[in-house]
Amino acid sequence: MADEEKNTVRETEEARLKVPGSNGSEGGKSKKARIEVMKTYKLFIDGKFPRTESGRYTVLKDNAGHSLANVCRASRKDFREAVVAARKAQAGWAAKSAFLKGQILYRIAEVLEGRKAQFADELVQMDTPQRVAEAEVRLAIDRLVYYAGWSDKYMQVFSSVNPVESPHFNFSMPEPTGVVSVLAPQETGLAGLISTIAPAIVGGNTVVVLASEKFPLSAITFGEVLHSSDVPGGVVNILTGNHVELLAHFSNHMDVNACIYCGDDAEQIKTVQVNAALNVKRAVIYPKNDWFESGSQSPYRIMDLQEIKTTWHPVGF
Amino acid sequence: MKKRIIKNKISPLSFNGGWGGSYAEAPESADHIQLKDTYDLFINGKFTAPSSGNYFDSINPANEKRLARVADANEKDVDKAVAAANHAYEKVWSRMPAAERSKYIYRIARIMQERARELAVIESLDGGKPIRESRDIDIPLASAHFFYYAGWADKLDYATPGAKSKPVGVAGQIIPWNFPLLMAAWKIAPALAAGNTVILKPAETTPLTALKLAEIIQEAELPDGVVNILSGAGSTGAALVNHPGIHKIAFTGSTEVGKIIQKSLAGTSKRYSLELGGKAANIIFEDAAIDQAVEGIVNGIFFNQGHVCCAGSRLFVQESIANTVMRKLKDRMETLIVGDPLDKNTDIGAINSKDQLEKIKKYVKIGTSEGGACYQSSCSLPSKGYWFRPTLFTNVSQSSRIVQEEIFGPVLSIQTFRTTEEAIEKANNIPYGLSGGVWTDKGSKIFKVTSQIRAGVIWANTYNKFDPTSPFGGYKESGMGREGGLHGLMPYLEIQH
Repeated sequence: MADEEKNTVRETEEARLKVPGSNGSEGGKSKKARIEVMKTYKLFIDGKFPRTESGRYTVLKDNAGHSLANVCRASRKDFREAVVAARKAQAGWAAKSAFLKGQILYRIAEVLEGRKAQFADELVQMDTPQRVAEAEVRLAIDRLVYYAGWSDKYMQVFSSVNPVESPHFNFSMPEPTGVVSVLAPQETGLAGLISTIAPAIVGGNTVVVLASEKFPLSAITFGEVLHSSDVPGGVVNILTGNHVELLAHFSNHMDVNACIYCGDDAEQIKTVQVNAALNVKRAVIYPKNDWFESGSQSPYRIMDLQEIKTTWHPVGF
Repeated sequence: MKKRIIKNKISPLSFNGGWGGSYAEAPESADHIQLKDTYDLFINGKFTAPSSGNYFDSINPANEKRLARVADANEKDVDKAVAAANHAYEKVWSRMPAAERSKYIYRIARIMQERARELAVIESLDGGKPIRESRDIDIPLASAHFFYYAGWADKLDYATPGAKSKPVGVAGQIIPWNFPLLMAAWKIAPALAAGNTVILKPAETTPLTALKLAEIIQEAELPDGVVNILSGAGSTGAALVNHPGIHKIAFTGSTEVGKIIQKSLAGTSKRYSLELGGKAANIIFEDAAIDQAVEGIVNGIFFNQGHVCCAGSRLFVQESIANTVMRKLKDRMETLIVGDPLDKNTDIGAINSKDQLEKIKKYVKIGTSEGGACYQSSCSLPSKGYWFRPTLFTNVSQSSRIVQEEIFGPVLSIQTFRTTEEAIEKANNIPYGLSGGVWTDKGSKIFKVTSQIRAGVIWANTYNKFDPTSPFGGYKESGMGREGGLHGLMPYLEIQH
């Protein structure tokens, strides 16, 4: 189609959509013709999208001061409900075959690939430069594919058959530590989120994540991706809210096996570590770093959330 | 000669076939044992008097007699040891070619083998464990641990596929009294192989074999300061945990103390590995080989007087075979000989300390007051020393304290179950996750059940087996990190992505 023709078509469209009573001769005003459907951002718990039980919200604004969304400010109770969902889902998720878990992670990447533009737009709305936003979405997709591939391999690489002296067959293999709470990196919306969730779930853990306060929208939209990617409900639960407020709860819950903290705040790290001692939780600290770097993806990130189980059996007739 | 009389009512199914005779004593000679009257602290390759001038007694729990006076290390001594260990790490051990490091560790393994009998006797004298166990299990395994890890020193690149690693630095290591020399080996051997230097604190009731190990380390001519051994009690351990010059803490002991250590280390850059308490389920299915299972139950709970963090202290028996198992278990318990740890016939030695004996008695009282039915074998006990009869409890529930809490003594609680799912649920319904046992002749059931028990070591159709190549350590509140095997290197290596 020639450019001229295109313009003609657009003008016709605009004319057709003209709101009665408005001055149709001015192109700029015709933009008001369609009222945009705004999105309500909620939480993602147990495969559903509830609002916070607390009814609290935070207005998220861009740099120019425009309101982007009323973001749910999750409460301790929301967190506890998410842990219940994560615990309920954990054994079943861990029991799924490595092949299936790998396929599901790959499926998340596929669905995300199809919604690249939306995620980039959302990041741009939250003041990420367009080029960075696009790179971040690409990285998130590629990182999901990276971990999808580890699904049926990390166990081979990190297991052992142990040549014991006595007549026994003895082997050691990784198993998921269980339910993992994640205080996601503040500095990115999607890259940090995926870099912490993917190694946890590919290893059979279930997670409750607190999204970046600065970039909460990407996290909730990512929940929609998970929801349509055959990830069972409860495997990934995503909350938005205040990190300072929820830090203690994320780290002191007695039915959480590991707590990941991403950041550099010494006081917050100490709080997480002190609380972890309540039930000998694994406190995993990832200092602020460039989540775009390849060092942020590693099978050792999977192993940070694994236990080694050793099994003995006699050998004989 | 004094005879041990086995007095009991013999049932027709009794293990010993109704033989009511007695065993002649068969004591291991202790004549060749060289124990000094006084042991100082081992710092920077030399035995050094404690800065406080204080010593405490290490006694023989079988006769309450003093074996030696042992130095009590305080913060100043810890300071000295930390300085020595850091110096040795920076100037000597981390710079030495790995193959040379390896040879030093091999030397330690070999000298331990040469002095095995001496070490076994001292272990039994100091800790109260039967000589059969210290001679056949503790000492050979301790030596084997050094032998195994020695070979890792120059092969560490193969331990962390796709990544480089470096040693952590100076490791502070705190060990318990139930396997004194073996725990020292579990701690020191992987640390040295990975290139770290160490400060080890043995338990206050069993410091002697660790101090003998210090002699062996001198004999092996290990560079000064690479291994430092500080005897002392809880305050010495706390000084180690809190010392800023230490890069890693490795602790084996109770979950209660483990939590205190984990909390103390919060906000520091120190790494830690914890091997804590347990309350293992030992599950007997109706299709198990019952006689073997009964042996496994006995080994599971009465090995080392039940002073074992991975003891099979919660027995679950499938309902259909409960009566048979109970009868056979009681008969077998009657044959267990409790007495002189140095006697080769002894099955159950002395309880490690008066405190521990009091703790066991307290739990038995709690078990009875909560409605449990207590059964004990009828064996006679020596008049001096600390002893406890093999004990079992029936009529207990999941919520009973003796079912939920670690007793660390020869006390077994027994529950029954109907379905496999019920057994797994009950097994996992506890904050601990160190070990577990499964007894069935059905292979597919073994894989299903062992994979569903949330614990770090599972024995199927066997129990309480250990090997240097086999990782050991817990899930949940039983700790973090592994000791033994390839995975046992990880707490002593820092992975560089």
